[in-house]
Parts: sequence; C-alpha cells; structure tokens
Amino acid sequence: MNDTSPAGVHNRLDVSIKQKSFRAASGGKLKVLGELAFSLAGGEVAALVGPSGCGKTTLLRIVAGLDRDFDGRVALPAHGTLGMVFQEPRLLPWRTVEQNVRLAAPQASDAGLDALFQTLGLAAHRDHYPGELSLGLARRVALARAFAVEPDLLLLDEPFVSLDAALAARLRDELAELVNSRPVTTLLVTHDVDEAIGLADRLLLLSVSPARVLAEVPVARPRGAHTADELATMRAEIARRINQAHL
Amino acid sequence: MGARLLSLVLLLAAWYAGSQLAGARLLPDPQAVATAIIDEARSGALAFNLGATLARVAVAFVIAMALGSVIGLIMGRSRVADRLGDPWLIVLLNLPALVIIVLAYVWAGLTETAAIAAVALNKLPIATVTVREGARSLDRIIVLAYVWAGLTETAAIAAVALNKLPIATVTVREGARSLDRALDDMAQVFRMGAWTRMRHVILPQLAPYLAAAARSGLSLVWKIVLIVELLGRPNGVGFEIGVAFQLFDVTRILAYALAFIAVMLAIETFLVQPLERHVARWRPQPA
Repeated sequence: MNDTSPAGVHNRLDVSIKQKSFRAASGGKLKVLGELAFSLAGGEVAALVGPSGCGKTTLLRIVAGLDRDFDGRVALPAHGTLGMVFQEPRLLPWRTVEQNVRLAAPQASDAGLDALFQTLGLAAHRDHYPGELSLGLARRVALARAFAVEPDLLLLDEPFVSLDAALAARLRDELAELVNSRPVTTLLVTHDVDEAIGLADRLLLLSVSPARVLAEVPVARPRGAHTADELATMRAEIARRINQAHL
Repeated sequence: MGARLLSLVLLLAAWYAGSQLAGARLLPDPQAVATAIIDEARSGALAFNLGATLARVAVAFVIAMALGSVIGLIMGRSRVADRLGDPWLIVLLNLPALVIIVLAYVWAGLTETAAIAAVALNKLPIATVTVREGARSLDRIIVLAYVWAGLTETAAIAAVALNKLPIATVTVREGARSLDRALDDMAQVFRMGAWTRMRHVILPQLAPYLAAAARSGLSLVWKIVLIVELLGRPNGVGFEIGVAFQLFDVTRILAYALAFIAVMLAIETFLVQPLERHVARWRPQPA
C-alpha cells in the first residue's frame, strides 16, 4: 500500500501518509503518524517543526525510503537523488573526509568538490579521518557529502543539534548560503523555531504524536534576513497556533 | 626489549639446566638441537617438510577463512539463515578434530596405498592425550580407513578446513550482528553500490572480527595440520615428528618444533602485525 519510487519528471515532492504505526513491545500497535499530507515545489525549502518525539524523524525516514512499512504514498522529485544530513554526522570513521564525500558522490567533479570544501571551511581537513575532527567539523563534512551528490531532494534531520549556540548559528548561515547558491528542494526537520525561520520558505507545524500538520506558516523572503522584531512576532504567532491546536 | 632478551636467555638457561638433570637422551641441550636444525637444513629436509606443512596450512586456512567469513556474514545479517545454519554449526563445532580428519580420509581418499595408512596408524599414539583417547574409541573407523582408503592431499586439506570453518563462521557472525544500522541507512540513502558498501562500509566494521578469526584460526590450523600429517601424509613437519618419536629422537623432535615456531613467529611479525596496523590506521593514536 505504499510507493516511494520517483514518479516521472516532475520536480515536486508529494507526501501523503494515511498512518504509520510501530509494533509495541506489549504486542499492540503504537501510532506515530496520523493522516498527513504536504507538497514541496521545486527549489522550495520547508521545515517540519514539532515537539520532540512527535514522529518527525520517522516521517523523514519514510521520505528517504528507509522505512517502507507505512500506509500512504511518497513521490520524490525528478530522479529521486537524495542528499541527507542525519542527526549525527554518520561518517565512515575508516575513510578520510574526502573519501567519505567521494564514496557518496562518485560522479562529483574535482572543481566542484574544491569549491564545496572551500565554502564549508574543510579545505585543510580533506585528508583527516573523522575521529580527528570536532563535532562541528564532522557536521560540515556531512553537509558537504549531502551537497556533493547534487540531490533532487535534500533531507536535513536536526542537522545542528548538540552544537553550542554560536557554532550552530554560524553553520546555519553557511547552510543558508549553500541553499541560496544551489537551489534544491529541501525538507528540514527541527524543533528549533528560529532555525526553521532562518532557513525555510515555509513552516509545517506538527502536533504531538501521532503527528499531523497543524498549520502551514509561510516565511517572507529573503531567507535569514529578518529583524529581531519580525522574528519575535513570528515566534509569537507560531506559539499561538500550536497552543490553539492543543486546546 | 631488554626484558624480552633477558627472558629468552633465562629460558635457554633453564633448558640447559634441565638437560643436565634429565640427561641428553630425554632432553638434549640447546646446542645439540641447534646442530640438528642446521643438519636438517643442510640436507634440504627441513625446507622441504616446512614447505609441505606451510602449503597445507595456507590452503586450509584460506578455504576456511573465506567460507567461514561468507557464511558468518550471511548468518549475522539474516535471521532465517541464522536459524537454518545454527544447528549445523553446533554439530561441527563439537565434532572432534580427529573424527573429521579420519572421516575425510575415509571418504575422500581412494588412491594411495594402504601401507601409508599403516604408517599413519603406527604414528597415532604421539597425538596429544585428548586426541589419543579419541583415537582409541575410533579404532574401527581408522581400520576402515586402512582397508578402504588411501590418504590424499584433498582429504587432508578438507579435514583441516572443515575443523577451522565453524569457528571462523561464529566469530564473523558476531561481527555481522554488531554492524551499525546507522551506516547501513546512510549507504542506502546515498545509493551506494553493493561493492562500495561491502568494501567501505561493511568490511572495515568486520576487520577486528576477521583479524581475531585469522589469529585463532592460524594457530588452530597448523596444530591440526600436524595431526593430519601424522595420521596420513608422507611428508611435512608432523610426519617428521612422528618418525622421530618412533626412533625416540628427542633432538629431532625439538629441532622441527623450534624451526616451525620460528616460521610462525615470522608470519606473525612480518605479515599479521603490519596488516593489523594498516587496517587500524584511521584510529586516533595516543600521542
């Protein structure tokens, strides 16, 4: 009853899920996702925002094709080439930074990689092993890997979690710059409203588990160029909507 | 390094003292053994027998490691394969080495003369106490080997490989069970091909288990090869030790044992350890 194959040559991501359950240890079924549907136009950046444990990562795994046991349908854009940044860097510890990127993106050109490493401040670390990198650097490698494949769809699962605030902000800016310079349909999962506003064109607010879409909030462009006042207003608006739904 | 040298000197001293106490017939002194090694080396017998044994060790080891790794990997990754294969594994693990050796000779060998089997039977008592006791209860099968079978190289190698196989399988299976699902997911999302996954994602995770299987396997294989040679081969270190035992030539027994230990040490130092260092090069080194 499900399909995650790339469909035709359209550039949209279409997600339409009826429900997703896990088998609980007690034998019963635990419903993590309710009825849930959204679409992303080509080049659009959307953020799934919701409380911890609401099923965001499960949803992202379904879109990535890692979990096929669900009721519903996912249509990936174009050829369905995926770039993904997981919650942890997930690098191969026994391969160097450059090898990690090249193994995921064997078709990447030398010039392309040079530019990517340059942008992300990794030029000096190409021959290092992941164990020799800080967490911040390792996350940059994970970003580089995801962009190197020139994906039709970029999936970001809380890519800056467990970094200190300053470093997270800097990486967020770098990511915004990358997304602006190489338009790619992007689905970002986060529980951080500021992060979502800073990166996305549109916010999809999710309820507590079983998750469904509470509201869609468009974010005015240009990305990442909001004043503190605008941010405060938006945050208040989002909080209001989430609270409304809980009532 | 100094401590190691001192320890070796102490060993030689203890050996020398022991030979003075026990007499040269029971325990010849180090110099006599060294002379015997040189004599055997001059005649060419040493190289010939070491070569024969090493060739058997190598072939049996490669077969057992390759099959064991593949089966272990499959059993560690697939629950169905694990359930199907596990009882076989338990049977093989608990089948005494001697049974496998003798059965292999019985079933696989049909060409060489029964005289060799007779020699093999004569040499039987030198096997370790465990093996000897096993052998007594197996007299009938050995007699069958004597009557029906010649003792071929294929049978010998198959017997050794089969002895080693279940242990390699079990070790690699443990490794396959502990493979990181997160890296699997990563490889799937980035559409890595089967060969890339095997070489860059799975094998590096299995490396410590493969190394452990190889280490224990090598020591097991060469011990079993000696028994196989003792039972049914006309050459090799095991054969020579058997002959020396019949002549009560302790010097020759020690000469062959020491020469063989030296070869295995060289393999460990120049082959196994550099390989391990290469495989572990990515691990952060303590400064």
